[in-house]
Parts: sequence; structure tokens; C-alpha cells
Amino acid sequence: MTNEEVISKIKTVLIDEFEVEEEDLDSSAVIMDALDIDSLDLIDLVVVIEQNFGFKVETQEMAEIKTLQDFYVYIIKKLN
Amino acid sequence: MNRVVVTGLGIYSCIGKNLDEVTNSLYNGRSGIGIDPVRKEMGFRSSLTGIVERPKLKGVLPRSQRVKLAEESEYAYLATLEALKNAQINDDYLDNNEVGIIYGNDSSALAVINTVDMMREKKDTMLLGSALIFQSMNSTITMNLSVIFRLKGINFTISAACASGSHSIGMGYLLIKTGLQEMVICGGAQEVNPYAMGNFDALSAFSINQADPTKASRPFDRDRDGLVPSGGAATVIIESYELAKKRGAKILGEIIGYGFSSNGDHISVPNVAGPVRAMELCLKDASITSDEVDYINAHATSTPIGDEYEAIALDQLFGSSKPFISSTKSSTGHECWMAGASEIVYSMIMMEKSFIAPNLNFDNPAKESAKLNIVAETKEANINVLLSNSFGFGGTNSAILIKKIMEN
Repeated sequence: MTNEEVISKIKTVLIDEFEVEEEDLDSSAVIMDALDIDSLDLIDLVVVIEQNFGFKVETQEMAEIKTLQDFYVYIIKKLN
Repeated sequence: MNRVVVTGLGIYSCIGKNLDEVTNSLYNGRSGIGIDPVRKEMGFRSSLTGIVERPKLKGVLPRSQRVKLAEESEYAYLATLEALKNAQINDDYLDNNEVGIIYGNDSSALAVINTVDMMREKKDTMLLGSALIFQSMNSTITMNLSVIFRLKGINFTISAACASGSHSIGMGYLLIKTGLQEMVICGGAQEVNPYAMGNFDALSAFSINQADPTKASRPFDRDRDGLVPSGGAATVIIESYELAKKRGAKILGEIIGYGFSSNGDHISVPNVAGPVRAMELCLKDASITSDEVDYINAHATSTPIGDEYEAIALDQLFGSSKPFISSTKSSTGHECWMAGASEIVYSMIMMEKSFIAPNLNFDNPAKESAKLNIVAETKEANINVLLSNSFGFGGTNSAILIKKIMEN
């Protein structure tokens, strides 16, 4: 998968799981704001990544992800 | 002491998903019982069950609220939404007043089993997600609905087996009567999935008349062979008489008595003395005599011993006045944790519409039930005072008396 394809897949997964619109997913937005989620829902993000990308996010790594751009970069790095 | 009145009803059951549908089903004696083929594959002795459609709440509730609801919490949400509307309680009222919730529920088996299955598969609790804990606890309904409806009063769940729903109304009644609360959302809910009922099926308590599902639940009939499990949710909004008058709410009836007892006997076999004491306490609490009761919605689940003992108890207390009696479980099956609340809803519909729903399949009276005035066909009748009985495992008994108020 190219980086663009990975980002596109992430967006599809987030739109489907967290019921947001594509225009909500501005790369510079803070991930919790963009997805309109709280700390409990963040736990579900770990599950969603595992189900769709086959690896588990470590809690410590998750704490360092602030924006959607950070999230895309993190997933791409893990997949490589 | 405050007078306690009912101002809102809501229902989601196998005989209808709202008050209008349920009213029609009750009047027309429609059964909501069918066969769940999955149960046969799972090795159930009986595949009979109330057929209840799982609500579709996507687009109705935001994801973060919706995913925390167990099956029975979904039913309870819809029943409560209808009851609040029925009581003319809007968001503004909920935000600015102390409304409580006491709901009856005694299992959330599907959510627990889903959790255990995932733990065994994933071997990593972080992959269970955030929602399962809020679905798995018996208090799933009160914890979720208190958040969704922003409730600020009393907030707990009552687990009392098949009397859970009835005791929830009784406890709400006591809190309002004593002035500790002004308005409480009461009710009962029951999951319908097979996982919730496998261990109950193990007791051989279910009817095996699978050839004709609508004939399987036959309370008080000579040929009854067991109960039919069922479920859904029922909500009853209760408040002080003073508050109802102040709000200009339509008063659907007054709770005039609550009685309870424990058999102190066998865990699953009922007796006569326990239910008699609960009903006597209820009559005493209401300061009325047994001849003032017009209609009794019996607990009668269609089991051989349970119905026999309740018939004896009813004859002991009401043998001379012979009020109308029916068990709506003949239509719905046994709604278990929900039954005590749903049967208040069913009975209050009958009180408002002046009819008595039939005790379906009462073709041949058993020896004990022949002494009772059991209504086998829909009957037009004025109900001024009704009694609703609920009994459960462990010998927990609950009885509630409701009286019509003529001043609306």
C-alpha cells in the first residue's frame, strides 16, 4: 500500500467506526476533537487499529499521538 | 406521607414496540411467542421464546452512548423514551429537576459471554474495548440511562429474579411516599438472546409444546407444561400526586399499596404462604379489603406447580369476592426480570381502556384454578383497583395495587 492508500484506509475506518464525516478529518486537527471522542473512546481506537491493521498500539505510543497527521505517520511507520 | 401516582408508561415487548401496538395485541389476544431455530442447534430442550426485534439505534443515539448499551438496555432506552414522552417530561425538565431511576434487571449474559470469548481469543484485555464493562454489569440499564437522560436523583438497579421489575416500582413508590424523591423512572428489562436462557432451560421449566408456539403458554390451564421465556423492557414514570398536579400531568393511576415477602423455603419451588403474605401486606398498605380489587394480573407463568400454588393463594384471599383474573404471560411468555413492570403497563392499559386482556389457552381449568374467575376471552370491564403479582427464584414476592383516579 502507498502512503496515500494507507491514509485513505485509515480515514474510511475512522468514518465508519466513529461516525464522523470526511471533512471532520483535517490532518492538523487534534485526534480527540476530530473524532469527537473522550478518553474511553480512545481505548476503542486501539481495538480498531488492531482489527484493521493487524498490530496493537502500545498505550505509551498512543499518548504521543496528538493530531491526525501524527496518527497517519505512526500507522505508516508501523506498517513499514 | 405523599400520594404516589403513575403519569407515564412505555413498553417494548414481543406483543408490540409501543403502547398503541401493545394495546391492540392485548385487546385482540395476540401471542408474541414463536420458535428461535438457533436454540435447537445450541441443544436447548425448548426453542420457544417471545420474538423481540433488536432495536436499530444507529442515528438515534450517538456512538459513544449507543455502544455501551447491552441488548436489554436498548429495550429499556426505547421504553423509557416513550414513557417520558407519555408523561410529558422534556429535556428541560430533566435538566432542571431531580429525577431518579430504579430499574429491575438480573442479568446481562450476552455481554459477559462476549467478554469472556474475546478474552480467550485475544489474551489481551486492551483489545476488549471500552464498552463491554458498561454492558456487562446488572446495572447496565440504570448506569446508561442515567447518563443519557442526565438524571440527578436516586440511581440503582434491583436484582430480584422475576420480581425485579415489580420491586423497582415498589421501591420508587416508597421513596416518593416518604418524600425522599419527587419523581422516579421505574421499570424492568429482560434480554432475549439464547445465552441468557440456556441455564434456565436446563431446569426443564420451559414448555416443550413447540408444535404450536401460540398455545404453549397456558397459565392456569389443566394441560400447561411450563413457561416460555421472553423479554423486552417496560418503563413506568411515577411521581408525587402534588408534583403531577403542579405539572398539569395526566394521572394514569395511583399506586396505593406495595407488599413483599420472602418464602424462606426452596430456591425454585414456590409456596402458598409467601405470596399470601405479600398480597396481605399490599392490601394493608393500601388500607383496602380484598373485595375492593376488581382485577388481578397474576404472576402465573404456566408452570404446573407455580400456577397451582398461586391459584390456591388467590382463592384464600379473593375466594369470596372473585375478581377478574388473567395472566398476560399467556400472550407474552414470561418476561422474567421485566415482567413485574410490563404487567403494570399491561394492566394500566386495561384500566384506562376498560377491558381485560384474555388469559389465552385457558381451555380446561385445573382443579385449583376452577375456583377463580379467570377471563379467557377479552372482556369489557371497568377496573377501579388492580393488583399485580410477581414472584421470583429464592422466594422473593412482590405485589402492587393501583387505583384509578377519576379527577383528570
